[in-house]
Amino acid sequence: MKPDDPRVRWIDEPELGPLGRVYVPLATEGLATTLRHLFGRKKTVQSPEERYVSPAPLIYRGVHRLNRDSQGRVKCVACFLCATACPAHCIDIVAAESPWPDRDKYPESFTIDELRCIYCGMCEEACPVDAIELTSLYDLSGKSREEMIFDKEKLLAVYDMTKDAEPMRTAGVPEPRRKEDGP
Amino acid sequence: MTRVTIDNRVLELDPEDRLNGIEAAARLGIEIPHYCWHPGLSVVGSCRMCLVEHGTIDRAKGHVVMMPKLVPACQTPATDGSVFITNSPKVVQARAMVEEGLLLRHPVDCPICDKAGECFLQDYHFRHGQDARRADARPFVSRRRELGPDITLFVDRCILCSRCVRFVREVSGSSELMVTGRGSHEEIDVLADFPLNNNLSGNVVDLCPVGALCDKHFLYRQRVWFMRSHEGVCAGCATGCSIWIDENQDRVHRIRPRENPKVNRWWICNDGRWSYPHVHNPSRLATPLRREGGATVAVDWSKLVRELDGRLRHAGPLAAVVSPFLTVEEAYLLCRYIRSIDPEAILALGPVPTVGEDERFPGGFVISAEKCPNRRGVERILAHFAGRVASFDEVVSRAHQGGVGGAWVSGGYRRPWIDASAAEQLARAGLLVVQDLFDSPLAERAGYVLPGAAFVERDGSYVNRDGLLQSARRAIRPPSGARTEGSLLWELSGRSGLYQAEVVLQEVFREIEMKEPRMNTDEHG
Repeated sequence: MKPDDPRVRWIDEPELGPLGRVYVPLATEGLATTLRHLFGRKKTVQSPEERYVSPAPLIYRGVHRLNRDSQGRVKCVACFLCATACPAHCIDIVAAESPWPDRDKYPESFTIDELRCIYCGMCEEACPVDAIELTSLYDLSGKSREEMIFDKEKLLAVYDMTKDAEPMRTAGVPEPRRKEDGP
Repeated sequence: MTRVTIDNRVLELDPEDRLNGIEAAARLGIEIPHYCWHPGLSVVGSCRMCLVEHGTIDRAKGHVVMMPKLVPACQTPATDGSVFITNSPKVVQARAMVEEGLLLRHPVDCPICDKAGECFLQDYHFRHGQDARRADARPFVSRRRELGPDITLFVDRCILCSRCVRFVREVSGSSELMVTGRGSHEEIDVLADFPLNNNLSGNVVDLCPVGALCDKHFLYRQRVWFMRSHEGVCAGCATGCSIWIDENQDRVHRIRPRENPKVNRWWICNDGRWSYPHVHNPSRLATPLRREGGATVAVDWSKLVRELDGRLRHAGPLAAVVSPFLTVEEAYLLCRYIRSIDPEAILALGPVPTVGEDERFPGGFVISAEKCPNRRGVERILAHFAGRVASFDEVVSRAHQGGVGGAWVSGGYRRPWIDASAAEQLARAGLLVVQDLFDSPLAERAGYVLPGAAFVERDGSYVNRDGLLQSARRAIRPPSGARTEGSLLWELSGRSGLYQAEVVLQEVFREIEMKEPRMNTDEHG
């Protein structure tokens, strides 16, 4: 959709009414919110003794995973769109012709430098086949820099580890198939 | 004078131009989208993307008579008094319809398609297509078919513009490709025993407006938006085609033809197209070496220049072998430097690699038998300094007789170029300096081995078989340890600062009358 599409509705911020303009009511409202949280239930978690559990794991942006397709193969098609979108240049892909008859291109190698990554989630957004996703794993640590460069096997292992708790977002969508005979 | 009206703007043309609607509109900066039309091929008017409104001015009555139907601009000559309308609602709608029709059976597998990013179907869809698909069609994976050793066809991506079929019939003259089937079952194919295998076959990949025809050597190597294109001149043969060198982080991934009406028009040969692997060959020389007795020592470039200069000045009678792979500027600097030390030095042309005969194609394209870019340029420089062009054998035999104190031999050949016996004879020179890309029998016997640059790493000019001088700048930097011949000779000649090929070329022009027409890379393409 182009920006000048007639179906696009452009909305401006609503102007302040007379009450908003006199400042005091809105300021009081804000202070009340602060006070409510001050005396309300504590949300701080005593990590690492207590483990924080995200209330919405599907929108948390933690460690990446590479999803598998219905046959257990890496779902990624090596289109490089995540690497293109990545503002930190932390994704490195080597593409090759796939060894499977029903697919053309696949990543021979796929590495993410988890130290360089800024966890913005642009890769996930750019992916046309929903192969790369960010999980809710947040406590990532390692003993060396090399250990923090995740390769394809490691990223697939993250998927195997998290697939039950955090199912793939596009689980029911059919995968593109090769046309067997003419159109 | 022919007057043509396009979108209410008047264009004056020379009647000799013989332009069609697309070309005439392009002169006014108006782009008429087209798939099947190509300036180098015959007109078929089959894609219907260039449909425009057309009419003629009736000067007697003073009004314009429009045709009731849209006409393809590629097939409509821009004659005197003709009127084109390229932006009316009728035309805009026609383009959207064509786009929709093409996309009905297109796999839309852009994420894995090599053409994505430079695909006309994509570009035109964004510019002229509709936002939503009305047909219930889902992306699918295209069928693939091997057409020959270098080219593969993604059958379902094809939009049947037939550019490739016309190319093999009209330009390469080999006619391997054909359209089989009818209507919506039409496909590009080859006969089982006649694969697409001619020396111009790579051009069908550039011609293909979509991602149907792909180059197997480039397939899945890079996404096109990661690469930068540099204007270059092919060094594969004496034809000297204009090329685009596509590079990412100092690695060449693709070479494409660059339109040049004086040399290669829109095409290049397969040999030139896939001539870059040697540039990244890991066995390339990467360290300057000095041999003393049996010991081989790595030398630092910074110390080497003074050392080399000192050794050459005390070497006695000198000889220089100027490779036909050197640019005009480098040949000039080398000859001038050697002659400044020894005014009687022999200046010889390096061996000129020749393979078979010139290969001529029906479309006028010529692949030269002479597989070096600059024999004519180097000969001109040698003749200027020495009055004549000495042959390589002359230097070899002179060295064999012990008449050469110091020899400077420049190489730069893609393939092995010297045999052991010639190398043995040359090595009798007291001091042998070899500048080359790869190890050779000569480099093994040399006193100094200087790693040189490949053609994509050089700044400079070549003179092609027709005497046309073409300049280009480097596309990538030489690998670490190697140094372009030009920059080394620049420093040896005692000049300060960085090597500037343009400055040297101006000097050459002042000293040598080059009758050849000159062509800069910025004059075209």
